[in-house]
Amino acid sequence: MTIGSTPLGGFLLVAALLFSIGLAGALTRRNAILVLIGIELMLNAANLNLIAFWRYGPHPELLTGMMFAIFSIAVAAAEAAVGLGLVISIYRHAHTTDLDAMNRMKG
Amino acid sequence: MCYPRSHRRDLRPTDEDLSVGTLGRGHPAFVGMQALERERLPMSFAFTLFAAITVAGGLAAVLLKNTVHCALALTVAFAGLALLFLDLDAQFAGFAQILVYIGAVAILVVFAILLTRGSETPKDGVFSKNWFAGLVIAAGVFAVLGWAVLASAYALPGPGGAPTATPTVTVAEIGQALISRYVLPLEIVALLLTAALIGAVIVAMDEKERAR
Repeated sequence: MTIGSTPLGGFLLVAALLFSIGLAGALTRRNAILVLIGIELMLNAANLNLIAFWRYGPHPELLTGMMFAIFSIAVAAAEAAVGLGLVISIYRHAHTTDLDAMNRMKG
Repeated sequence: MCYPRSHRRDLRPTDEDLSVGTLGRGHPAFVGMQALERERLPMSFAFTLFAAITVAGGLAAVLLKNTVHCALALTVAFAGLALLFLDLDAQFAGFAQILVYIGAVAILVVFAILLTRGSETPKDGVFSKNWFAGLVIAAGVFAVLGWAVLASAYALPGPGGAPTATPTVTVAEIGQALISRYVLPLEIVALLLTAALIGAVIVAMDEKERAR
């Protein structure tokens, strides 16, 4: 494997960049599905951090960071399913996925 | 603590052997040497390639106008992340990433786009009214995170800082850990996935059908 010549900081920087891209997407897009895509990117950036610290940590054989990432993937899958279900439900109700047009709590 | 010989290239081997042997990791000489070594040893080609794929996919997923194109670009970002996981010797997490994200989440996003007519580009732009504030916040977050990583870079494991013996994590070991040490989180995740499945179906169900 090639990991020997890459510092841990490289992975952390890529994760930070991906997190910021996801945050920018979640904050600036108008389509609710695109906001969910941004949130998925942020979750994945966190997973990359977990795996990188697991690999560079003193005890990779304990599997702690790896398990954390696997559970995080499972929770993110549940989050995506419920989030997209909510988007579909809101679309059926308001006939739009434009977040700027959804400015009322009461349907 | 001592770097393996093969990662060292041509850095005055005799001086270094002495200094690494006698000085602690936090010693300024050791830190400076590490910085020097980082300069001489660029990141590996595979890492650069995978990182470029991931960041390019993420950028395209956020910036493209057509929503379906965004979903496809998201798939590219997920694939790049899976490659990064494999580069980090986390085979199981990498293949779980491919199965769960590329296989399920991306398809789910495409379905949601098609069910909501989200693929039509709105006439007045795809970005929100207050997009500039969002961009400033995201740039600020990246500045803080990047500063934190770079400022603490001397304390992080440098090139070759990972345990050199590749941790051979087999799927059997992961399974044994899941049913011994991590059995309670496993059960909770099982419950969560069941609840999320039922909840998503109920939330997305047609209201008229629910009344029936």
